[in-house]
Formats: sequence, structure tokens, C-alpha cells
Amino acid sequence: MGRITLRNVAKRFGDVAVIPSINLEVEDGEFVVFVGPSGCGKSTLLRLIAGLEDVSGGVIEIDGVNATELPPARRGLAMVFQSYALYPHMSVRKNIAFPLKMAGMEPAEIARKVEAAAAVLNLTGYLDRRPGQLSGGQRQRVAIGRAIVREPAAFLFDEPLSNLDAALRVNMRLEISELHQTLKTTMIYVTHDQVEAMTMADKIVVLNLGRIEQVGSPLDLYRAPANLFVAGFIGSPKMNLIDGPEAARQGAATIGLRPEHIDLSGSAGIWRGTVGIAEHLGSDTFLRVQVEGIGMITVRAGGDTDLRHGDAVWLTPQPGRMHRFDADGKAMA
Amino acid sequence: MARKTTTARKATVTMLAWTIGFIIFFPVLWTILTSFKTEGEAIAAPPSFLFFDWTMENYLTVNERSDYPRHFWNSVVISVGSTLLGVLIAIPAAWSLAFVPGRRTKDVLMWMLSTKMMPAVGVLVPMYLIFRDAGLLDTKTGLVGVLTLINLPIIVWMLYTYFKEIPAEILEAARMDGASLRSEILYVLTPMALPGIASTLLLNIILAWNEAFWTLNLAAAKAAPLTAFIASYSSPEGLFYAKLSAASTMAIAPILILGWFSQKQLVRGLTFGAVK
Amino acid sequence: MATQHSRTVARLMISPAVILLLLWMIVPLAMTLYFSFLRYNLLMPGMEEWAGFSNYRYFLTDPAFFTALRNTLVLVAGVLLITVIGGILLALLLDQPMWGQGIVRILVIAPFFVMPTVSALVWTNMFMNPVNGLFAHAAKALGLQPYDFLAQSPLLSITLIVAWQWLPFATLILLTALQSLDSEQMEAAAMDGAGPLSRFIYVTMPHLTRSVTVVILIQTIFLLSVFAEILVTTNGGPGTASTTLTYLVYVQSMLQFDVGGGAAGGIVAVILANIVAIFLMRMIGKNLQA
Repeated sequence: MGRITLRNVAKRFGDVAVIPSINLEVEDGEFVVFVGPSGCGKSTLLRLIAGLEDVSGGVIEIDGVNATELPPARRGLAMVFQSYALYPHMSVRKNIAFPLKMAGMEPAEIARKVEAAAAVLNLTGYLDRRPGQLSGGQRQRVAIGRAIVREPAAFLFDEPLSNLDAALRVNMRLEISELHQTLKTTMIYVTHDQVEAMTMADKIVVLNLGRIEQVGSPLDLYRAPANLFVAGFIGSPKMNLIDGPEAARQGAATIGLRPEHIDLSGSAGIWRGTVGIAEHLGSDTFLRVQVEGIGMITVRAGGDTDLRHGDAVWLTPQPGRMHRFDADGKAMA
Repeated sequence: MARKTTTARKATVTMLAWTIGFIIFFPVLWTILTSFKTEGEAIAAPPSFLFFDWTMENYLTVNERSDYPRHFWNSVVISVGSTLLGVLIAIPAAWSLAFVPGRRTKDVLMWMLSTKMMPAVGVLVPMYLIFRDAGLLDTKTGLVGVLTLINLPIIVWMLYTYFKEIPAEILEAARMDGASLRSEILYVLTPMALPGIASTLLLNIILAWNEAFWTLNLAAAKAAPLTAFIASYSSPEGLFYAKLSAASTMAIAPILILGWFSQKQLVRGLTFGAVK
Repeated sequence: MATQHSRTVARLMISPAVILLLLWMIVPLAMTLYFSFLRYNLLMPGMEEWAGFSNYRYFLTDPAFFTALRNTLVLVAGVLLITVIGGILLALLLDQPMWGQGIVRILVIAPFFVMPTVSALVWTNMFMNPVNGLFAHAAKALGLQPYDFLAQSPLLSITLIVAWQWLPFATLILLTALQSLDSEQMEAAAMDGAGPLSRFIYVTMPHLTRSVTVVILIQTIFLLSVFAEILVTTNGGPGTASTTLTYLVYVQSMLQFDVGGGAAGGIVAVILANIVAIFLMRMIGKNLQA
């Protein structure tokens, strides 16, 4: 079981309210991602759940039990840190065994569990090495191994992939997702990378300035961002946000249009513009188009689009794909 | 730095450095050499450098005729004892300062340092009277106590700078893994900081071994460590250079060896981390 | 890492050290302060009486005080001058590529580990003694009159002995600082056309300034308390020619048993040391990210 409820949780450092007040429900078995720019309070929120920081107000419940005052060790949670936080003086085996040893488990039972975890994580051949002798990806797996042997109520991940190179990051992303499929344990995952959020989450929590901007499934957030912040944060390349007369014509303060929701034509369309920079990725082409009276618009076109700097193009927003926001940045129905 | 160096330049630098090094080291070397001479050879003019009759006689005399072994033992007890006691008190303090920093952490550290700057002579009189009234004059216990207090700020500081280098995340991981504070310090912090703790021990044993204000003022006879015992050679009678050298060599040899091992950490310890 | 629980534990764990140092700092110092206002001689127990500022007046107007103050300044300044200049030169030399650098380092550092009483005795007897000392032998071999160092220039002799002990400290710290100098900075300066001398003036020296300051401040703290070297070599003499403030207070309280006068001198010493300490603490405090 791993159902976590936050009620009016607040955190202040001195006079600074890092998290004014947050309410959130994490269902058992869910993969929840906290995403937001740096300084948005996502890591602090995770540390509050872990018990590494005190809440300044509010209640944290784990499986219906009030855990607000419990020390980290007694919350039944496991955490994977950004730096992996492996014990450098212990072998991989001892690292993974450490939480079990602390729990006072029988040595034979510990050995069995460590072997089992190592087998799942492809670490069997490395059990007697020190963390210093492992690659980044292997260290990451040891950190995960140390978390899973405890069979926690939930796993907490604090930006676990940010120290890995791009290729390895994609791999580990898949591995963590597969682990979630196998274990079906609640996972809370903190990242600033919206791609990780979109690809891994059952539920995304978008945070900004210590507040929850929106909670929902990846596609919910993509299709119906609740406000300008979420609209700009989720999706890559970023949604085009247009204000001024063009927005006013749609009866909104700002309109948003995703690059993939704009049709491109060489001869006719609604907006006329000039190609600035064309990024050819092979599968896609990202065009930065200077549109008269509107400004720079990013357009996602097919990989075989053969447009260059200075070419004239016509753009047409796809019907029904336009997002409208009011003067407060809230989405309009 | 990838400097281009000619062999000639390197040879010149080597010659010069070795010569200066030798001159600086010479008094130590001369003491060691003299300790193997007879008293007659020790003051012979011209002095002989290596070609004399090497003898162990002085070492035997010093060990037999005086209470040298007892004073040596006093030095060991006082320096090691005060250091161990200091480290025992300092580890929890340094843990607090390094891992639970608060608004006043910096003030506490600076205040501890400031106690080290108080000139000993400012409290000589009361310390003497307290020692006299408590029956601590000329006891090892008393000296261990004073030297612990004197070096405590340095020990806390050194451990603090070493602990600071251990990422807090690792201790948090231990806490998440269910470790109690005791286990956290015992199984995670101490083994990780072991090199730092070792150099702290080493440097403070050296400082305590060579401390020559309190040991000279508070211990005259039976608890006197080597600093005080050697000082008694300042008003000698008769021929004594060779014996003085033998006693001195034995007094400085252990520390010279420990010191050479700890020279890398020395800078950091003595500058309170201001120079690394 | 900052839950209420861990804060409570932290306060508990730091308290033994804090309480001990607090006692160590307050109790004897308060007693010194108290004694400094008493007429109190150990040879006349039970005769203590309030003396007001007379101990201070007596101590501060004693001609020995001025001599001691001057001697202290000469000793501290002399040792600082020798060790800082010598230390910079030695550090620059040792930073050059050479054979056996490790061994030279060991030779240079050695004096620092020699206990003060030993180095004082060895220098006095085996080197500076006008009859049997090595310097006397050398002078005679050259047909010169041996010089009686401790009788003729006692303060200079003590300064030399202390400087020998502290030169390794300055060298080692400055060498460490030199080695932490970013070599790319040097190479950039060389690319910019700076010759060896300009590189030393504009890159090396500014980099060393901080370490030199640290060396000066730390040594000053220790040098103000130089004691064993004087006790063993000259006993402050001849007369008061090599008596420093520390030694004067020692004489007054431990040899003349004048607790009141000694305490007043102790307080004066504390005040002087504090002036230096304030600067040192600022230096270290700036460097501390707590």
C-alpha cells in the first residue's frame, strides 16, 4: 500500500514561504511526477514527504496514518537521491543490505533479498565492487536496489537522472518505468524535465512558486493546460503564445497554439511570414517563422520540408486546437 | 603546469633547494649525530661530522640515570589522552555544526576559535590556583584536562572542515534507510571521515606533545612530560652535550615521524581551513 | 536536513564542547580580572585586600613593562619578517620542478615538529655557546673572536631560534597556496605577454596576499605567547633585555608570587592579543560559509 495525502502542507524558511499551502492526493500504485522550473519547491515538497524537513503547517498522511511527526526512518518510504548518495566505503552488496541491516533482519534473509534485487537490476556481477568503481548508470541502479529491498510503501525519486548523459537517461527512464510496471508500488518522481514527466507519469503535478498549477494525466495537461504557465511548460517545442490584436480578435488576452497544430503552405493561408531559422532533425523540421503583425512563431513540419532561411510561407492554425487565456492567464472555456 | 624546463635549470633548482633544505634541517641532524658521540667528541674542536666513534652510551645513560622513560610515558599519556578526549567531545559537536547548520553556526565556530586566541598567560594565575586547590598540580589528569581544552577548538574546526566535505545527502540516505543517529555516525559518517579524523588525531598529538607553556608551569616533577624534563637541562653541570642530544633525539623522533606523515593536513588544520 | 528533531539532537550533541569552552573561557578570565584588583601575594596568604587600579598603575608604569612591550614587538616583528620573506622565497623555490622535492619538503618542515624546549637548548648550547658552540668553532677557525650570542644580543638570538621554528610553517602554507594557483591563469598571463617578473607581481603576489595575511595573524597569536624559548635560554635576561610581556607576567606571578600584579599584566596581554585576534577572525570568518 502507498497512498499519500497532503493536506494544507506548508513550508516556510524564516520569512520565506517556499510552499504556501498544498493539497494533494497520491493514489496507491500511482506514478506521480512533480515537475516545474528550479526553485518551484518540488524538491522541498518531496523532502517534506520523506520527513527530511519539517512541515511548517498541514498534515501528511501515509496510508491513512498521520505521518507528519514521524522521523524519516519510520515512514516506510525509500528515496533515490540526485547524487545517488551511495555509501562510498561499502561494497555494492553492503550498500543494498544497509537498510535491511538497520531493520535488524537476519543475515541469511538479507543475503537472499540482496541477491534477488541484484538479479532484477543486472548488478549480480558487481556486488563486491565499491560505488567508486561503477559507471553512472550502475550507481543509479544500486541506489534503486537499496530502495527496493526495503519493499517501501512508496519510492521517492529526487531528479535521479540529471547526472547521467542523454543516451543513458533515456535508458534509465525506460528501466524505471518498467520497474514501476513490475512492482506496482507508488512512485513520486521529481524532475525539471517535462519530457521525463510526460513519458513516465500516470499523473503530473506542475509546480510553480510553491503552488500547484495543475494536476492531471500527461495528455490532459497537453490537451487542456489550465493556465499560461502549464501551457508554456508542457510540450516541446514550446507552445506559441500570442497576445495583442490577434488575441483580441479571438476574444482572449493571449492565445496559445502548439507548433504541431499549425498547417504550413507555400501559397495560401491566414498568416503570412518569412522563415528565419529552419532546424532539420530528420524526422521533423522546426521552423522559426517571422509573421507580420504577430512576431516569431515556431512551426513543426514534416521531416522532408525543404524550406530555408528567407523563404516566404503561409501559416494556418488547425481548427479547434487553439487555446485561449484571459488576462489572468487562466484558460477560457 | 606544463612548463618547459631545461635540465640545467632543473639541476640548479635542485642544488639550491637541497642546500637550503640541508641548512634548515642541520640543527636537527647535528643533534642526532651528537647523540652518538662521547661527551669529549661532542665539544671537540674542530668538530667531527661523521668520523667519530659511534656509541649508544648516551642513550643508555639517559635511560638509566634519569627518569627519562617516565617522562616519555607522561608525554605519551598527556598528548594521546588529551587528543582522544578532545576528539570524543568534538565529533558530536562537529556533526551538529556541519550537518545541522543554523543561523548561529558561524558564530559558534568563530567563538570557539576566539577561545584559542586567549593568551595563556592571561589565565596563568587562576589556573595555577585552581590546580593547586584541586590537587591537580603535577598530575597527568590535570595536564590532560588543560590540553584538551586548549586544543578542543582546533579539533572541532578540523573535524568540521572534514565533515563539511561529506555530502549531506548520504547521511539523509542513511536516515531514510532507517539508521538511528548512533548508526548514522558509527556506520556512515565515521568511516567516511576516517582519513580526516586520523589527520586530526595526528596533528593534535603533535601540538599537545610540543606544548610548552602549561606543561612547564603546571608540572614540575613526577607528571612532567618531555618538554618540562628537557628544560631541566638548561642549568647543567659538567659535560652534557651528548646526553642532551640523546634525550632530545628521543623526544623529537616520534613526533618528527608522525609530523612527516601529517604534513599535507597540517596546513588546513593550522589555518582553520582558511588555506587548503 | 533540518527537522525540529535533528535540531534538538544537534543542540544536545554540541553542548559538551560549548559548555567546556565556556567554562574555560569565563571562569579563569573572570578570576584573573578579579585578582587584578586585589593586593594579593601568595607569600602572604589571608592578607588580600581591594587595591583598585593600583596593580594596573604599578604594572603599566614599571619600566620593565615598556622594555617587555618593546621586546615583544621586536620579537614578533622580527620573526614575522624573517619567516614571511623567507617563506615566500622558499615556497617559490620549492614550487619549481626539481629532483627529490618530497625529501626537501621533509627537511624544511622538520623544525616545526621540534619541541620548543629542545630547539632552544640545542641552539643555545650546541650552536650559540661562545666556548663549545658550532658558531664559536667556526669563528675561531676563521681567526675571529667568538661571539656570545645570548649575552650580547639575547633578543636577536631568541628571534633567530623562534624564526627557525616558524619558517617551515610559513613555507608550507605559502607553498600550498602557490600550488593552488590556477596554472591556466599563469598561462593566460604568459600569452598576454607578461614576463616572469610581471607574472610574479600581477598574478602570484595577489594570489598569495590572503595566505600571507593568514600566516601573519596566526603566527602573531602564537608568537605573543612565546615562553619556553625564553625560559630555557636567557630567563629574560640579562636584566630584562629579553623579557617579553608573557615572560614578565610569568615572573611576576610565578616567581614573585604577586598574584594581583600578574593578573593585571595578564589582562593587559589579553587585550593586546584580542586586537590581533579580531583581525584574524575577520579573515577566517569571511572564508567560512556556514
